[in-house]
Amino acid sequence: MLKYILNRLLLLIPTLLGVVTLVFFMIALAPGDPARVMLGERASKDKLEKLRADLGLDKPLIQQYGLYMKRIVRFDFGKSIKSGQNVMDEIKERFPATIELALCAMIFATVLGVLIGIISATKKNTWVDFSAMIGALFGVSMPVFWLALVMIMIFSVGLDMFPTGGRIDIRYYFTPESNFYLLDTFKYLFKGKPEYFLSALHHLVLPAIALGTIPLAIIARTTRSSMLEVLKQDYIKTVRSAGIKEQRVVYRYALRNALLPVITIIGLQFGLLLSGAILTETIFAWPGIGKWLYYAIAARDYPAVQGGIIIISTSFVLINLVVDILYSVINPKIRLQ
Amino acid sequence: MKKIGKIVMLFLMATLFLTSCSKDDVKETAADGGKFGGVLVFGRSGDSVGLDPGRETDGESFYGSTQVYDTLVEFVPGQTSIQPALATSWTFAADGLSVKFNLREGVKFHDGTPFNADAVVYSIERQFKTDHPAYGFGPWKYWGYMDMDNIVESVTALDDLTVEFKLKKREAPFMANLAMDFASIVSPTAGAKYGADLTNHPVGTGPFKFVSWIKDDSIVFEKNPEFWGDEVYLDRLILKVIPDATARWLALQKGEVDIIDFPSPEDLDIMEATEGIKVIQQEGLNVGYLALNTEKAPYDNVKVRQAMNYAIDRNEIVAGVYGKAGKPAKNPIPPTMWSYNDDIEAYDYNPEKAKALLAEAGFPDGFKTEIWAMPVARPYNPNGKKVAEIMQAQLAKVGIEVDIISYEWGTYLDKTDQGEHQAAMLGWTGDNGDPDNFLWVLLSKMAAEKPAGNIAFWKNDEFTDLCAQAKEEMDQAKRTELYMQAQVIFHEQAPWVPIANSVVSEPMKDSVQDFVLYPTGKRVFAKVWLKK
Repeated sequence: MLKYILNRLLLLIPTLLGVVTLVFFMIALAPGDPARVMLGERASKDKLEKLRADLGLDKPLIQQYGLYMKRIVRFDFGKSIKSGQNVMDEIKERFPATIELALCAMIFATVLGVLIGIISATKKNTWVDFSAMIGALFGVSMPVFWLALVMIMIFSVGLDMFPTGGRIDIRYYFTPESNFYLLDTFKYLFKGKPEYFLSALHHLVLPAIALGTIPLAIIARTTRSSMLEVLKQDYIKTVRSAGIKEQRVVYRYALRNALLPVITIIGLQFGLLLSGAILTETIFAWPGIGKWLYYAIAARDYPAVQGGIIIISTSFVLINLVVDILYSVINPKIRLQ
Repeated sequence: MKKIGKIVMLFLMATLFLTSCSKDDVKETAADGGKFGGVLVFGRSGDSVGLDPGRETDGESFYGSTQVYDTLVEFVPGQTSIQPALATSWTFAADGLSVKFNLREGVKFHDGTPFNADAVVYSIERQFKTDHPAYGFGPWKYWGYMDMDNIVESVTALDDLTVEFKLKKREAPFMANLAMDFASIVSPTAGAKYGADLTNHPVGTGPFKFVSWIKDDSIVFEKNPEFWGDEVYLDRLILKVIPDATARWLALQKGEVDIIDFPSPEDLDIMEATEGIKVIQQEGLNVGYLALNTEKAPYDNVKVRQAMNYAIDRNEIVAGVYGKAGKPAKNPIPPTMWSYNDDIEAYDYNPEKAKALLAEAGFPDGFKTEIWAMPVARPYNPNGKKVAEIMQAQLAKVGIEVDIISYEWGTYLDKTDQGEHQAAMLGWTGDNGDPDNFLWVLLSKMAAEKPAGNIAFWKNDEFTDLCAQAKEEMDQAKRTELYMQAQVIFHEQAPWVPIANSVVSEPMKDSVQDFVLYPTGKRVFAKVWLKK
């Protein structure tokens, strides 16, 4: 087991090097002169040359790559061209918001998705199953920004149940410390200010549902098919013939095996959420990394783009590592191989 | 299974509880129901990059810094002319090469230190004196954009409340530059305390004090009770970022914000019809145009250029592309700018006249031409390709066959700078509200040197002379006259087909009073109050 984990950890190094290299060349080979785009209509020749020199764009590509790698291995992403702030600091300020949102979306998607999947599988070909699967089909095919706007229109403006966006009621003038609002406000829960935590939670509901809808649908479908597969197997027949209640058969004996492919999907979806949160963050005014990266790309702020992509892809790789390890914990077959 | 049911129930109950929580919002109570008190939330599309106005160039940064800082002179609300602010009066020397400012007495920075001549020297010198302790925190971009290095020789404190600027040349627009955000006066004490981090802790003399800033989310300001101007009405001001235009509108409808920036033009009709919402509008300080390269045939012929102006129907373009976000333009400067010549009669849409002019110029059957379309959306031209297509259809009617060309934005700017185009769309957004900022940089002979700002490469001596005279003339009435004349020459010579000026719309709750749009794009809340 330990050997397996070590193996996987060693594999991380070439993977991450590949990611970092890919990011560099993707950006270096993108069309257009970044200096020109950054300066826009008012660029003069001197300013252009100076900016190119500042960015190191006047050096040969391979030398630029060398300098870049030297910085990256020290986790130095440089300074944002737009703000002049350290890219790492900018990421630290925003990444927690995205993680918090993605985690809540994932919890919502997983709990509900697995539940719907199981019910669909056990009630196969009934109206429950059909409507759940049609719902899931809607879920995967709905554009997130559209769903988010409709949700705001109905639940926020129409029914006045939820705020339209943001992380906490701005009139509380709450100052976060770690930028994980649920953690930061939790302390106040027992200090006579429970409204902070409740407001943070309240603000999470709509964006988490909007972001979680697609994974929810995918998880539900995967759970259903996997569950159906498992329920057909011989050992389930044996269990049933022993006269054990059907509910116990499903939850005690079938679920553990049925969950294996679901866990893989959950890991992948969680990784996708980190990068896919751009639309949700934009519509719900959620100050996360997706939106930040989007603006960095639009402004051709290359150090910021590099830093952002590297952080997101690294998290993606790490999440998959965790999933693989989890997988081997649940499934002894993998451990033994 | 029962357990899950319980969880679902719990979740529902929690939701209901939370919903009921939100209802009893913190109520803002006014002291005596008068103009004073209240919190105003301004919903905007993006966050500030930094709050040191000397270092930033984007409007969103200035939205923040402008609340905290003042300048020596300021724009008259809703206009482009200037009035006293931290300086109460000023006098130019007879040769126009120096100017003395008398400063306002008894003004204090938010950190309690006094505003004086040293603070002015500090705020200005840090932007150009290479041995200044704060110089290294630059680049001081706007100082460069406004060419201040070639205007300002030195800044000296003559006594506690008098400052003298020595100038390298006679430059009337210099005064307008001093009203811009980059010339804000910062507290030297705070500058020394925070260093480069002053950008996150702005300390000025303005109507609002900085309280806190959560990046990409909100900036909070509170009323400065010691403000030197009229007492500020609002208790607090919050600039809240809501990137999506539809979401901003929904937040306004729900009442979470009081004013929103950059509404989608398609929503404006609905907004105006919504009860409790009003929309105020004003032309922006910009112009979108089609530059005709006068160095290339057939646009070296003034008759062809006039024919183009007659053959293109601006009204159709504005209706089709800009909607409520633009108005047809006839002059190179926008109508909100002083010296705008409204006596000039715009070229009407007249294909017959265009044909006649083309025949006179020797093109009775028209000609083939390229029109370059901008690949990016700008307020002055939200969709270059669509504008080009409409022009293509209109010009076909007079026999001119149009090829539409476009490049990636950086390349586009490079190629137009070098004059590779026959006719190209571009635009300009003004900075200091001075006509010089349009006419000189876009149309003078000097601006036609490559890489050019004058991409019509129009080299008209008479026009350039008028603008040069106006640059050196300190009397605004005389300058107005010169610029009026220059616009007449522009109109006759037609180096551009002016397309449109954008229209800025600001939807807000009916309760928001005395909010004035500034042509220079500032968002000022010093005199805004909320009707209770």
